[in-house]
Amino acid sequence: MVACRAIGILSRFSAFRILRSRGYICRNFTGSSALLTRTHINYGVKGDVAVVRINSPNSKVNTLSKELHSEFTEVMNEIWASDQIRSAVLISSKPGCFIAGADINMLSACKTLQEVTQLSQEAQRILEKLEKSPKPVVAAINGSCLGGGLELAISCQYRIATKDRKTVLGVPEVLLGALPGAGGTQRLPKMVGVPAALDMMLTGRNIRADRAKKMGLVDQLVEPLGPGLKPPEERTMEYLEEVAITFAKGLADKKISPKRNKGLVEKLTAYAMTIPFVRQQVYKKVEEKVRKQTKGLYPAPLKIIDVVKTGIEQGSDAGYLSESQKFGELVMTKESKALMGLYHGQVLCKKNKFGAPQKDVKHLAILGAGLMGAGIAQVSVDKGLKTILKDATLTGLDRGQQQVFKGLNDKVKKKALTSFERDSIFSNLTGQLDYQGFEKADMVIEAVFEDLSLKHRVLKEVEAVIPDHCIFASNTSALPISEIAAVSKRPEKVIGMHYFSPVDKMQLLEIITTEKTSRDTSASAVAVGLKQGKVIIVVKDGPGFYTTRCLAPMMSEVIRILQEGVDPKKLDSLTTSFGFPVGAATLVDEVGVDVAKHVAEDLGKVFGERFGGGNPELLTQMVSKGFLGRKSGKGFYIYQEGVKRKDLNSDMDSILASLKLPPKSEVSSDEDIQFRLVTRFVNEAVMCLQEGILATPAEGDIGAVFGLGFPPCLGGPFRFVDLYGAQKIVDRLKKYEAAYGKQFTPCQLLADHANSPNKKFYQ
Amino acid sequence: MTLVCGWLLYGWIVAVQTKTKKTLAKPNIRNVVVVDGVRTPFLLSGTSYKDLMPHDLARAALTGLLHRTSVPKEVVDYIIFGTVIQEVKTSNVAREAALGAGFSDKTPAHTVTMACISANQAMTTGVGLIASGQCDVIVAGGVELMSDIPIRHSRKMRKLMLDLNKAKSMGQRLSLISKFRLNFLAPELPAVAEFSTSETMGHSADRLAAAFAVSRLEQDEYALRSHSLAKKAQDEGLLSDVVPFRVPGKDTVTKDNGIRPSSLEQMAKLKPAFIKPYGTVTAANSSFLTDGASAMLIMAEEKALAMGYKPKAYLRDFMYVSQDPKDQLLLGPTYATPKVLEKAGLTMNDIDAFEFHEAFSGQILANFKAMDSDWFAENYMGRKTKVGLPPLEKFNNWGGSLSLGHPFGATGCRLVMAAANRLRKEGGQYGLVAACAAGGQGHAMIVEAYPK
Repeated sequence: MVACRAIGILSRFSAFRILRSRGYICRNFTGSSALLTRTHINYGVKGDVAVVRINSPNSKVNTLSKELHSEFTEVMNEIWASDQIRSAVLISSKPGCFIAGADINMLSACKTLQEVTQLSQEAQRILEKLEKSPKPVVAAINGSCLGGGLELAISCQYRIATKDRKTVLGVPEVLLGALPGAGGTQRLPKMVGVPAALDMMLTGRNIRADRAKKMGLVDQLVEPLGPGLKPPEERTMEYLEEVAITFAKGLADKKISPKRNKGLVEKLTAYAMTIPFVRQQVYKKVEEKVRKQTKGLYPAPLKIIDVVKTGIEQGSDAGYLSESQKFGELVMTKESKALMGLYHGQVLCKKNKFGAPQKDVKHLAILGAGLMGAGIAQVSVDKGLKTILKDATLTGLDRGQQQVFKGLNDKVKKKALTSFERDSIFSNLTGQLDYQGFEKADMVIEAVFEDLSLKHRVLKEVEAVIPDHCIFASNTSALPISEIAAVSKRPEKVIGMHYFSPVDKMQLLEIITTEKTSRDTSASAVAVGLKQGKVIIVVKDGPGFYTTRCLAPMMSEVIRILQEGVDPKKLDSLTTSFGFPVGAATLVDEVGVDVAKHVAEDLGKVFGERFGGGNPELLTQMVSKGFLGRKSGKGFYIYQEGVKRKDLNSDMDSILASLKLPPKSEVSSDEDIQFRLVTRFVNEAVMCLQEGILATPAEGDIGAVFGLGFPPCLGGPFRFVDLYGAQKIVDRLKKYEAAYGKQFTPCQLLADHANSPNKKFYQ
Repeated sequence: MTLVCGWLLYGWIVAVQTKTKKTLAKPNIRNVVVVDGVRTPFLLSGTSYKDLMPHDLARAALTGLLHRTSVPKEVVDYIIFGTVIQEVKTSNVAREAALGAGFSDKTPAHTVTMACISANQAMTTGVGLIASGQCDVIVAGGVELMSDIPIRHSRKMRKLMLDLNKAKSMGQRLSLISKFRLNFLAPELPAVAEFSTSETMGHSADRLAAAFAVSRLEQDEYALRSHSLAKKAQDEGLLSDVVPFRVPGKDTVTKDNGIRPSSLEQMAKLKPAFIKPYGTVTAANSSFLTDGASAMLIMAEEKALAMGYKPKAYLRDFMYVSQDPKDQLLLGPTYATPKVLEKAGLTMNDIDAFEFHEAFSGQILANFKAMDSDWFAENYMGRKTKVGLPPLEKFNNWGGSLSLGHPFGATGCRLVMAAANRLRKEGGQYGLVAACAAGGQGHAMIVEAYPK
């Protein structure tokens, strides 16, 4: 009926005497009895083109599951067998997603290597048949086309993608510790060249449609449409389908060639890659780079290179076999389990467990235009939030506004924004020195200096001017929110929003609720954070909350290790080779020595001996000499504008010498030093769960990895305990406890886990 | 069945035509009339006008107007012209043209720009000046010369040249010259593209046509209609606003040269011009780059009568609208039409002559579909029901921008004169002029025939 009415509207044109409407292609499907029985895929025939629609039930995205595989095989067999059909179009019914990749749960459910390998081989078989299809198949891509989705698309004879921001192509398997296991390692190099293919597979990066067209990953682009007789998204999908059908017909009639004209650079690269010597050099170079970057902690990248190499040097049969076997091996690794765990955690932390807030935050005010304040402003204005940035001084305000502008302008340089969009986004920001306009604010985030009396003062000032419903959020890394809220007239509206620096790069937002914080206030804070694109953990109030509290004992241990005579460079290399993205000494410099000192003192007072270890005097002396880290140009290292190489700050020698401690040989091997740092971190994290600061282990892992750089290959402190073994960690802690005392005493929950091996944080 | 529905609906629209109002005069507001209006022949750019400057063309329109109306030059209070791509030497082209056309040097003149509705802006500015009692007699017009466009040096080159100008010593000059790079010489061309979105108008029109599911065939058919009707009007001598222009050193140009009725088969052969290879907008179903100028004499009614003129039409209510410059760039007529009708207290049925600017066939047809869609009206226009379709037999009966040509700055006056002349010829009372413009803007105006 609906279709009939649609035609009715359009055929109004046939009423015009001069306009002869050829009518509209009837949209009714014919010859598909399977429409009712299949749940993931259905298809209809338009003329002689089969339109295959992918639609995973009850999900926002399409994923490649076993059911989808088998239905796809069935459908394709019908298409191949039909005399009526000469070509096919493959399209999703979901506007924002073509296929987001393989179903991770399906992989996680596999118990053995053989099972995983078999999954890969089945997928390979299906896609090989698709690649050799006698009837041309056109993939019509709108939205994410990732992993197995892209592997499916590149097995088709032709690809058409919408030039939408949402349309991204990529093979992100490496980020889950795996490899493209459905022929991707073999087809991508042939399609876009070995260097580009390796880059895609090793970085897992998302490629936008226009770039994909240039690379040869897609053959045609379709511009997204605006409003017409239907919502833009819906009509864009229809249009994509119509265009794809024309191309499918053209391919079947041999009026369009699926071959692409390659550019000169591409031709030259392709030629160069035919020379064995050049190929060997490329493999070698890439391998070296990968080894340097992964420090041997991530097995997937090297295996990807290996599989690609096998395919090129020994032929595709060997390549496909190697791909499926290595895929199986990789999926079974701890690293892959850790990374997949993080993926699940991230999905969880992108949801608002408090539900929708009563009132949407539309007007935001930020106090303090420092690094953090301006950073928060930057991630807010580009999401359409009207934002006031207030500072006490004009110079401070100028710097902050400049930072926001620079952040946006950098996106223009990378072509992620147009200069016009930048200007229009920037107009969402108002910089000011007074409280004008605060009467309209729905939320105020303060990012003033970490000083309780100052925070009290601004809280009182702000409460005098904001409306009743307005939320007051404090961006603090260590001051307890309940203490800040103590002077508030409306403590239910006070909450902590702990951002990480640099705000536009760091994904984590730690939201801190006090006993008095209302549920709606929490819902609002999470909603704002999600809008800003953050991954959010919600923790209970307490000194140092979760993230700072875990970091503090580790930092204390860093100081002790330095006092024991380990050179900062050596310490950095020990921590990075364990998987931390930033070395421990460098981290102190980056955070700021004064900040570290502040936190160490505050938390030291509360937690006493357990947070002891290193002598905070080291930090005090550094601060007094002005060695504040990167921001002052000197810390453990010397920082100079434009100079990449970092030299040790030789003035530190005397400070370190004056505080020197004798190392204890039984706990000072490289491995021991690494584990002293990590076990203190992990122990504190587990204690946060034990004390109820953390609600779930997943949030603890996400917080540690996304906020503090805990090694992603270990999956976070809780996943680490599960995979490494609680007993082993407790043993280590006990060994160090014997040498240093209480700082290493395992907490009760960790001990419980060690005592009963069946207990896991993740069941 | 649906076809039958369509026919019935159509018949109904035609049947219920009833006049609701006698005249649109408003108490305490001066009536503004069009005494007459003329235009130079509109030519494909790069043809006979190619060696002229814009003010030459504008002057031709002005002298043509003087000749046609015999208005004493000193009576004219003010002159306003619209233009889009400005010749930098004559950025106030209205003044340069007026001086050259022999108007009094005591008559001030200014130039307005509002993309394809620049001449509309010139007219309505004049209407405002008269209605508010500031002026009695206005000349409004527009000009565009696409044969010559200001191609600039690149910003880098310009900067270097400006700095060189300021350099004092030879050393400074040499150090500046040493900064010169070959790529500084790459020229900068004005594009018919939105500054805000960098999208060319043809591209946007193609997307708009696709959004409203307008087929290539429909577009070609509409373009063919425009050319056929224009040819007929030209042959029957209906395009009386055209005045001959004796181009210096060349033959006298007497008629528009872009009218080329072709066949659907020929048109179908053309490749898409913007969205390649599968788009639907082609050279044949788009308006072409045009050179031309127009001018109109507007007066307060009592002044015109006192001077013994028999005006052609009243200029009544008008409306400017604007919307999203990306996805609704060319939907101005859809938005402006119902608003101006409501303002004037008229309905679609009251209109006897529709004159819509035809930027692209696809744009006109997309506007039709939008006007005929309840869904679009509800979701994008904040209306409960659709605007309704203008009946095609009253629509652009003497051709349109697709066939007659579209000198950006001059089209508005052509539309109004076409409406006024059609009302006189066909005997109707109300005309509706509407146009879209770059920047996502639009305009509509009611033209009322002056009682005979």
